[in-house]
Amino acid sequence: MYAQMIKSTGKGVKSLDEMEPDERAFQERINAGGKIEPKDWMPDGYRKTLIRQIGQHAHSEIVGQLPEGNWITRAPTLERKAILLAKVQDEAGHGLYLYCAAETLGVSRDQLTRDLLSGKMKYSSIFNYPTLTWADMGAVGWLVDGAAIMNQVPLQRTSYGPYARAMVRICKEESFHQRQGFDIMMKMANGTEAQRKMAQDALNRFWYPSLMMFGPSDENSVHSAQSMAWKIKMNSNDELRQKFVDQTVPQAEYLGLTVPDEHLKWNEDRGSYEFSEPDWDEFFDVLQGNGPCSVDRMEARNKAWDEGRWVREGLLAHAEKKRARKMAAE
Amino acid sequence: MSDPLFEFLCRMGDNTLVLGHRVSEWCGVAPVLEEDIALANTALDLIGQTTLWLNLAGEVEGKGRDADALAFRRDVWDFRNVLLVEQPNGDFGQTMMRQFLFDVWHKGYLTALQDSKHDQIAAVAEKSLKEVTYHLERTMDTVIGLGDGTEESHNRMQKALDKLYPYVGELFVRDDVDDAMIAAGIAPDPAALRADFDAVLDAVLREATLTKPESDFAHKGGKSGQRHSEHLGHMLAQMQWLQRTYPDATW
Repeated sequence: MYAQMIKSTGKGVKSLDEMEPDERAFQERINAGGKIEPKDWMPDGYRKTLIRQIGQHAHSEIVGQLPEGNWITRAPTLERKAILLAKVQDEAGHGLYLYCAAETLGVSRDQLTRDLLSGKMKYSSIFNYPTLTWADMGAVGWLVDGAAIMNQVPLQRTSYGPYARAMVRICKEESFHQRQGFDIMMKMANGTEAQRKMAQDALNRFWYPSLMMFGPSDENSVHSAQSMAWKIKMNSNDELRQKFVDQTVPQAEYLGLTVPDEHLKWNEDRGSYEFSEPDWDEFFDVLQGNGPCSVDRMEARNKAWDEGRWVREGLLAHAEKKRARKMAAE
Repeated sequence: MSDPLFEFLCRMGDNTLVLGHRVSEWCGVAPVLEEDIALANTALDLIGQTTLWLNLAGEVEGKGRDADALAFRRDVWDFRNVLLVEQPNGDFGQTMMRQFLFDVWHKGYLTALQDSKHDQIAAVAEKSLKEVTYHLERTMDTVIGLGDGTEESHNRMQKALDKLYPYVGELFVRDDVDDAMIAAGIAPDPAALRADFDAVLDAVLREATLTKPESDFAHKGGKSGQRHSEHLGHMLAQMQWLQRTYPDATW
């Protein structure tokens, strides 16, 4: 899940009877499974919450290029290098569609970028963890993209049209990413002793941060209740986390790897796994900017933006000169 | 001299390998998102072309080496790329200028190579040319846009050109390997492609308001493998590290 702890109005969900006619019509349309399009009337809170959510998702795609970019120049074969490059390129593309979706809500990409770079807006906690071995490229695809898909597949049915449509395209690519991640894990887990050690180490380091991607339990959150009523959040965090664990544990077993949780146990009655919660103090530390790579990631983004300024200004100046010349000639 | 056909194929594959690697170093830190995507795309094309050239080189050599063995298990002196492509990225302007100079040559060379008597080479050239035509369109626009942009962008592009122009001449050097390829009807005479290259270069530089350096001095030694720059060794140290550290592993 690339959007975490998204605040909505904080006021609790209104009943249909409490709503003004516009808002009531809007909510009834959502309840009936209809889509909201950019020019339709929408409550201010819906617009603002969506901007936060889509913006955070877009920022996650952009910052998410960095931990994988860390291994492009060290990829072990030409094919692996090409696959990884294609994956990171897809992520930049996802960032682009999502910024476009956010722009339909009346916020510019430049504004969102400024908010990311100033630290005002967040990106997913997961990208503040380091990628230390080649097996991490497998673990990121398998676990991180796997967790993202859990959330993004239902979002294809989200109420906001441009977001839902962006998600359809993104999901297709994400499931390819997850498969290639699992493929790397298979190679590593069935490889030499050193490769198996890297694979286990990657699972050890990425297991709990992946569980954190869903965010803490939101059963009593007014923000989540509102987002669910608006259908911009489709499932509770715990529900998605459980689904992720139930899907992933058999895959780890298939790989011959051990999930780093001594309390992990199949619950026959429930038909699901019991598992340990991640360390939520660590999660909140990461959100506060104290993740292992938080400072590095923000520095890298800021440096890229600052060093690219002359390029953006140069190309803009040229486009203006061209337009002026064309007008003078006409 | 080892088999000239093998040498020739390594030259083609090493150019795209080394340049593709350099471009891939930009991942995630380009000036705008569209450039991140475009740079990754260029790198992907070049890595794809590398696989075709170096697999063919391995087949011709007949010692059981494939593209990966050639890319990841040779040392600096066995690389046959021109010095231009191993030069560091520098700023975005330098990366684009390097790419532009290479693209103009690459397009001209591949166009001629489509007529190769060697069917597989002609086929790789034809496939690559489609990609390279697009690369050149983009780098041409960027060089013009930044050359004729702000004062700062102009100065940076002029500096990039001044720095990289001395590496252009090597692209057109004709040597024993070329002689053998020309005689066999496999590849064109590189020296004969210079006039067309200059025509494109001059037209683009004029529009970009940039000035070609007066001296035609050319650094050499990459294509022959006799003397690479210091930069290549560092690149290989990074690129080949996993394969070298875990030689028994498959990935």
